[in-house]
Amino acid sequence: MARVSSATGAFWRDERVLRAAAQIVSAVLVLAAIAWTVLNLLEAAERRGIALSFGFINLPAEFPISESILPYDPSKTFGFAFLVGVLNTLKVAVIGVVLATILGTILGLARLSSNWLVNRIALVYIELHRNIPLLVLLFLWYFAVFNKLPSPKDSVVLPGPIFLSQRGLYITSARLAPSGLIFLFALGLGVVLAIVAWVVLRRKREQLGRPTYYAGVSLAILLLVPALGWVASGGNPLVLDVPVLEGFNFKGGLRLTPEFGAMLVGLVTYTAAFIAEVVRSGIQAVDRGQVEAARSVGLGSMQILTLVILPQAMRVITPPLISQYLNLTKNSSLAVAIGYADLFNVGRTMINQSGRAVPIFGMIMATYLLMSLITSLILNLYNRRILRVER
Amino acid sequence: MTRKTTLMFAGLLALALTLGACAPTGETVEVTRIVEVEVAGETMVEQIPAPGYGEILARVQARGRLICAGRTDLLGFGYLDDDGRNIGMDIDLCRAIAGAIFGDGEAIEIVAISAAERGPILQTGEVDVLIRNVTWTSSREAQWGNFTTVTFYDGQGYMVRTDSGIESQEDMDGASVCVTGGTTTAQNLADDFRQRGFEYEAVIFEDTASVYGAYFDGRCDVTTSDKSQLAAIRAGADDPDAHIILEPTISKEPLTPAVPHGDDQWLDIVKLVMYGLVNAEELGVTQANVGDMMASDQIPVRRLLGEEGEWGYTDLGLSADALANAIKAVGNYGEIYDRYMGPNGIAFTLPRGLNELWSNGGLIYAPPVK
Repeated sequence: MARVSSATGAFWRDERVLRAAAQIVSAVLVLAAIAWTVLNLLEAAERRGIALSFGFINLPAEFPISESILPYDPSKTFGFAFLVGVLNTLKVAVIGVVLATILGTILGLARLSSNWLVNRIALVYIELHRNIPLLVLLFLWYFAVFNKLPSPKDSVVLPGPIFLSQRGLYITSARLAPSGLIFLFALGLGVVLAIVAWVVLRRKREQLGRPTYYAGVSLAILLLVPALGWVASGGNPLVLDVPVLEGFNFKGGLRLTPEFGAMLVGLVTYTAAFIAEVVRSGIQAVDRGQVEAARSVGLGSMQILTLVILPQAMRVITPPLISQYLNLTKNSSLAVAIGYADLFNVGRTMINQSGRAVPIFGMIMATYLLMSLITSLILNLYNRRILRVER
Repeated sequence: MTRKTTLMFAGLLALALTLGACAPTGETVEVTRIVEVEVAGETMVEQIPAPGYGEILARVQARGRLICAGRTDLLGFGYLDDDGRNIGMDIDLCRAIAGAIFGDGEAIEIVAISAAERGPILQTGEVDVLIRNVTWTSSREAQWGNFTTVTFYDGQGYMVRTDSGIESQEDMDGASVCVTGGTTTAQNLADDFRQRGFEYEAVIFEDTASVYGAYFDGRCDVTTSDKSQLAAIRAGADDPDAHIILEPTISKEPLTPAVPHGDDQWLDIVKLVMYGLVNAEELGVTQANVGDMMASDQIPVRRLLGEEGEWGYTDLGLSADALANAIKAVGNYGEIYDRYMGPNGIAFTLPRGLNELWSNGGLIYAPPVK
């Protein structure tokens, strides 16, 4: 470390030098400890003949996985099986984060409602979910709810048709017919035109200072243009893929398995309770005077919420919200208990199948770490952006 | 904020360890604390010796009890009785080894583990013996430890509801199958369906209780496991007659106790005890008559019980009456089997089949005491 010039005395009294030295000493200590641990692990593993290589990644996995986004069968490699697990974790985490945020925000607002009943319902929900372990909730959802649905033969048929049974939710899905391209084009055109109309008319409203009905016009474009495309494509651009009960299970359509369903519902209901508290505290952190000031300049209650309260509350909400997102992602490893084929579940099977416990646990840890770091990186960028806008 | 995050991102990725690295100045104390924890973990790892010849027996004797990896959730093999005592065939085999070493079948500690923990717990030498329905396979023998001798010949089968209309494997196309993960079972299932070109949905759970919970709830049309296990589960069902175990056996499952790699003496001891139990059945030595049999005029019986000559017991570090003590603790092989799975078995009834003595048409056979 270069000597830092200081008028007041010797360099070892310089606070900046001391700080840097402390940093270096702690870094060296930490690195030494890590190196020691790793070397020890390697040596111990070698003494016991435990293989630490990653060569098994290219061997066939030979075990089944219950659900997969990519086409998987047991002849695929261990590496591919792991990827399937990662994607399943991402699937439940991403959908879970979105739904938990929506539910959590609604609950957080309900908690602040002046309506006694709404307020109390939210309170009971939050306290109930915050104080029951997630694993218990998952077992409850899976074994007491999803598994107790009727058998496929006696499925509950909802309009769509949507079939709800022990084997999951089968939804009628739609594929594009050959003539459907015209409709698809019209749909895209409609969206683009609607956005253009929104932006242009809104700017015009600001310039002219009178209403231009930008929302209504955009909506009309959004509906009308695709409708024209529908007619032009011959009236039926989509082919429906209706699930049909064949043998033991339904075939066709879009399927949500009970394991995924229980996992998603469990994670969302649990995390939403925490997010609700984050939202509530964030909103309460906004000074009352702000609301009163907004009201006095004549803003409506919705405008106060969206223009005054939320932008300021977001600054308080975002950091703890990031932790909740990370918690949700990591908690998805509890899937192993209810048979959802997430990263941890697949990893455990891989360990048993290949006998490579240390490398696979390393892969599992690295993957969770990577997911968490990417999530917090993105949200921290967002956090910085809203901070700057406010200043 | 972002710069710090990026720094953390890069730092943590490289080190694969959280915290510490980018702690702000002045938090040296905290960092030092982390270092101490690492050192503590270090010493603990060093304390588990890699087993060499004779080390496991010495370790067991010094400890005063035998540690077996077992289970508490499978009727017949390892489960809890009404008083909460861990009993079952696997547990009795563990008691037999403890009896041979200490003359006391109670000097055991059972570590209940899940299927997926079996390999790692043996590789790290945390237990002395793994007796938990382990199928002996080539890859497990190479990776996990040494397998001793088969104590139960099993095979995988399918169980379905009687009213499901499934009569053979041919009827299973498109079925949902509940299965335990991290076992050879899931792999056999995959092999069988893949070979037939059938579609299926494997619903995989970590915990055996969850597998059958889901099957009984109707989540799956079929469940599959070793036939002995299916018999146990069926016996415990609300209405056993509502379920049927299909005839075909789709795999070989030789259930075998295993010991850590590296200690040949320990491998020999466990084998000696297992063979001793089989020889005892062959010679008619039982838990009840073992005391009288020590005065028997039958030469093979006197040899087995250590009354005449020395046939390798003391070479392995055991006493001459080691096998007599093992039999005193739990009885012979046939007695153990019958206790849990015989015609009046306390768990369920399963014909011995392949697990009969070789002289009765089965596969149970032991080298002679000579």
